[in-house]
Amino acid sequence: MSDTILETRDLTKHYGGVHALEGADFALKKGEHVAIMGDNGAGKSTFVRQITGVEQRTRGEVIFDGQPVKFDGPLDARRAGIEAVFQTLALADHLDVPDNLFLGREKTKLNWLGPFRLLDYKSMRQDTLAALQKTGVKIPNISNTIERMSGGQRQCVAIARTASFASKLTIMDEPTAALGVQETAQVENIIRTLKEQGEPLILISHNMRQVMDLVDRIIVFRRGRIVANLRKEETDGQDVVAYITGAKTGAEYEGAA
Amino acid sequence: MADQAHGVGGLTYDKSKRSWPNEANIFIALIIIIAIFEILGQVLPYMNGQSFLFDTQERFDSIFNEARLRIIILQVAIIGIISLGVTQVIISGGIDLSSGPLVGAAAMIVMSFAQTELVNGNPNPKAVFGEWAFDLPVLIPVIVGLCFGAFIGAINGSLIAFTRIPPFIATLGMFLICRGIAQWWTKGQPVSFPTESFAWLGSGMMPVVWFLLLAVLCHVILKYTVYGKHTYAIGSNEDAARMSGINVKRHKVMVYMIASMLAAFAAIILSSKNLTAQTGMGQFYELFAIAMAVIGGVSLTGGRGSIIGTVLGAMVFGAIQSGFTYIKLDAFYQLMAMGTIIISAVVLDQWRQQRAAAAA
Repeated sequence: MSDTILETRDLTKHYGGVHALEGADFALKKGEHVAIMGDNGAGKSTFVRQITGVEQRTRGEVIFDGQPVKFDGPLDARRAGIEAVFQTLALADHLDVPDNLFLGREKTKLNWLGPFRLLDYKSMRQDTLAALQKTGVKIPNISNTIERMSGGQRQCVAIARTASFASKLTIMDEPTAALGVQETAQVENIIRTLKEQGEPLILISHNMRQVMDLVDRIIVFRRGRIVANLRKEETDGQDVVAYITGAKTGAEYEGAA
Repeated sequence: MADQAHGVGGLTYDKSKRSWPNEANIFIALIIIIAIFEILGQVLPYMNGQSFLFDTQERFDSIFNEARLRIIILQVAIIGIISLGVTQVIISGGIDLSSGPLVGAAAMIVMSFAQTELVNGNPNPKAVFGEWAFDLPVLIPVIVGLCFGAFIGAINGSLIAFTRIPPFIATLGMFLICRGIAQWWTKGQPVSFPTESFAWLGSGMMPVVWFLLLAVLCHVILKYTVYGKHTYAIGSNEDAARMSGINVKRHKVMVYMIASMLAAFAAIILSSKNLTAQTGMGQFYELFAIAMAVIGGVSLTGGRGSIIGTVLGAMVFGAIQSGFTYIKLDAFYQLMAMGTIIISAVVLDQWRQQRAAAAA
């Protein structure tokens, strides 16, 4: 068994004539945190959408946990162990925090009642509090419905949901883009917790400080291609910006873009 | 703003933002409506100082006008049973227009399996089937009715879940189909003379007993079971529900089946109470059932509402209807006023939602 959790080979996506993603070769080790950076339209989100099955790839291979996979949809990917937090949050607005955390995997009693089996509210509430404590998220009243929460609180719930269930791989697409300073700090705490637990992560972010703080490795996308694969210790902000803007291209990616 | 607890990360909890339950508002509205009719009774010159709520007979054993209260609750009980199902459909983000005609069709079918052989010593003049269908045990017509409801609901739900046509269209089609079935069943002839045990189901205050029993049952399944949680989740954010691994299609079929079975049960109670079934039964019931749910705070956009709200909404509906009759308002004014009240309820509710969203 190799220590690689996710690998893509020649992963490519064309939208008609637009080559949004071209020949991406990528590997992620178990327990590793990787950031994906790049300008708008560089192919970051497209790359993630091919992995999570939101879209179907034009060509190439995805190998997850040692198996070649082709997910029909995000639900498939989630069942296989890939948890993704998307820019549009998948929360039910009229339900409260435990309901959302446990949606689709409720704790129940009297299971012989089938679809009418009883919800174990008490146990779900306790587990929610434990999960929030573990991830460092402070939500003052978990019985509030999502529609009564601020954007930052919603984001925290969505991420806590992802982080509180053991998954093989977590993907976050700009998790702090819409958040204030303190809420961003909370999300970053959750990411550190994942690191301590040895759960691998792919983080798409525009925030250089955040990336330098959190991850082990930085992948730079430019015009649909990977142009750099940098270890955090061997690079700095200016260097990464040079790759993003096209002033530099990694030696092994010469002629790519 | 005095009572604020600061959490780490600047998240605060302001107790003044805690939500006041919607059901409390409806309960207050109910009291206000009754009070208005009470005052109108005292003020209007042609009413001779009658009371809407209280007994004017100077009897010792009762304060309230029990006869009127009984009529109000009996009036709403049967449509109320339908609205319990409609509530679940609307919470799941759908709508069911077929429940009224389903009452008509189910009543005809049920009654033909509940007929008695002899009427005053003579053969039953309204017999639908041959001898084998006379004096069947009461369970048979009830099961036949519920199966018919489940069948219609399964078609409704499958159309909506698998062909993705809007619920409005699917159930509008079923509306016409069910009216057709009701007329085709006996070529328009009424069906009458049920067995005594069948007549018992809807006799006296039995409709109210069924309504309250079913309301408690529906409250429990919506509030405390996986079925209920998924119903709210689908109405709130269908994509999120699907992403969470909920089988949205299967669940929708189940919701529509339960709603139609409740409508069919209402048909059983109604035909038993009236001791006859006619093709036109249940006219406007689908709209009144939706109105009860909407007055009770069930959001037509899905995800929000409760059985307690719907039961209170049914009481409001009954109080208004009874009050209009009490102040001797003509039937055509009643329909107009009813329409106005339903529209106002939705407008008020929307306004309240926007304010709550602005406050959050």
